[in-house]
Amino acid sequence: MKPQHALLICGLLVAAQWLPAQNPRLQAPQSIAAGDGFSIQCGGSGKASLYILGINQVLKREIDLGQTVSFAPGALHNAGHYLVILKSSDSLDKSELDVTAAKSPSDLSFLAKPSRLSVGIRDGITGAVYVFDSYQNLITTPVPVTFQLSNPAGASQTRLVQTRNGAAFTSMDSTQQQGADKFVARAGDVASTRIVGQVPGDPCGIKMAAKPSGQQVRLETEPLRDCSGNAVPDGTIVTFTETYQGAQTTVDVPLKRGIAQVDMPAHNGAMLSAASGVVLGNQIRWEGQ
Amino acid sequence: MKTGGVLAAFLMAATIALVVVGTLWPVPSALAYAGGEHLLQSSSTPEGAVTSLGEAIRARAWDKAYSSLANKAQFTESQFELDLTGYYPSLLTYATVDHFDVRPIHSTDSEADFQIKLYWSTVVGLSSISRDLHVTKAGGQWQVEWPIEKQPVVPPQVIPVNYLRWDVIYRGAGEDWGTQDVEAPHVRIVDMHPVQRADGVMILGELLNEDVVPAYVSVTATLLGKNQAAIATEGSADKISHLLLPKQVTPFLIQFPDRTLSGVTGIRMTPFSNLISASADPVIEIDNQHLNPAPDASLNGQLINQSGQIVNVAHVLGTFYDKSGQLVWVADRYVNTALLPQTPVPFDIRIPEDLARSVNSERTIVATYSEGGAL
Repeated sequence: MKPQHALLICGLLVAAQWLPAQNPRLQAPQSIAAGDGFSIQCGGSGKASLYILGINQVLKREIDLGQTVSFAPGALHNAGHYLVILKSSDSLDKSELDVTAAKSPSDLSFLAKPSRLSVGIRDGITGAVYVFDSYQNLITTPVPVTFQLSNPAGASQTRLVQTRNGAAFTSMDSTQQQGADKFVARAGDVASTRIVGQVPGDPCGIKMAAKPSGQQVRLETEPLRDCSGNAVPDGTIVTFTETYQGAQTTVDVPLKRGIAQVDMPAHNGAMLSAASGVVLGNQIRWEGQ
Repeated sequence: MKTGGVLAAFLMAATIALVVVGTLWPVPSALAYAGGEHLLQSSSTPEGAVTSLGEAIRARAWDKAYSSLANKAQFTESQFELDLTGYYPSLLTYATVDHFDVRPIHSTDSEADFQIKLYWSTVVGLSSISRDLHVTKAGGQWQVEWPIEKQPVVPPQVIPVNYLRWDVIYRGAGEDWGTQDVEAPHVRIVDMHPVQRADGVMILGELLNEDVVPAYVSVTATLLGKNQAAIATEGSADKISHLLLPKQVTPFLIQFPDRTLSGVTGIRMTPFSNLISASADPVIEIDNQHLNPAPDASLNGQLINQSGQIVNVAHVLGTFYDKSGQLVWVADRYVNTALLPQTPVPFDIRIPEDLARSVNSERTIVATYSEGGAL
């Protein structure tokens, strides 16, 4: 915008403060939806300039008074409060116009947290949705939003929430089954999807067996599962400990194909144990069997 | 103008005089770093021979050190150098000897035994190695027999490694602001214990990765005074294992030098975690761990690399508990040599004498660094 134009608009805005809100020469709609076409009736005769001033947008038309000025759809697309000013050589008239967001949602901003959590956590998943029209105006009128969390097995939880001031939120429980759950928010014909990884919790217990392996003893866990029956993922660390005559040997072994396995020194009378995180497993006293 | 000329002439003459003095009577340290002939002390005494060898090693004058040895026929100069700096890249590869101690053990007219302790200046601080030296007298001169430790040989073999590896893809810069990013790993401080020591306040604790993905972790502690005002903030630095695989626990130690617990009304702990690409390999066995009582209380044992990948730097962290299972101390030690597959390497962690009596059990973990990999 050129400096002289900005100066002119500022001057118009200051002058408009002292003008009546509605003027019989200027007939503008009180409210329109963003992007809708509209028209303004300008009475009188002669030439004039018509300004529509808003926070993000300014329109200017040179018009002949006494005609209806039409604006094509999309001419005003930013929601907000606008001033309509008609300036002729001998007068200055003002009107006001509200542009509201379109009624039908066109875009959703969907925040789902967390993207990964353990199974079986009550209200562990939260989703928040902001509803926008096609011009990215926040729709502040209530809009019904459906949240649906479904796991790969097909089970789902659904919540219907009305937006307040453009936003809706909900919380849901993580299920008992691990997997990548789909978390979908839907408003009208628009949907947004997030993936929430539900991962196994701590192992419910660790059961370990020992058997000879050459000169050593081979320790091997049974497949580790959490308390909901989900397999603990590979890479989880299991710590094997052997205690013998005051000396201790430890190995941190990652699970591989569900089990952890290690060869340790074979000492008759040695105590063997396993643990993962804060979960302890069984103990074995090795007698060379 | 005339005065300036006199001053310039004086400065030039003084510079020339100082250069001449420095050349004729150099200070020993300058000579040592220059690799000068006079750094070797007299070998007319057994202690002088050992000290002379130590000085040559400190100056990295490998040829001089090697030529002074009595048993150099048993190994090459290159083997001698690699015996000290490591056959594979390790903590000592890029280190220099800062200083050394010589301790006599036994001496007769024709032979003597000494222990030399070399203190290497490494990127993680001083690291010492000691060797027992036998010194013999031949032709009026004393010569050191170097106890060479030959390069460990790993038999040719194929070690299949199929442990998990995790890679991370973060959200792109152009995506919608509501688009979720990968979640940071969930970590939890499972134990925390402040201790007042002579050199300041120490915060000991343990951190658990309770997630199913690897985490890069660190811990920060803030001492709080009256009105919850922060007195000081410190981090765990390298007194922690920064890489935690799922369900792995690391000890941490946070030091507040020259601080006291009096006046501290609270401590705010802030664990930090971030997703990191990592591998579950290598697996290190910590074998034959022994708690040695005071005096010279320590935890020693040996590390055995169960994988096929060479570990260049190993960092051993020990967590020490009393009879009731209460955490009493955290100590660490870097291992000087690289860990070759299936090759035991000893380690030794010092325990403060005053705490050693209350130590009843321990738990040890190893953080590893391999060339081209990450901690």
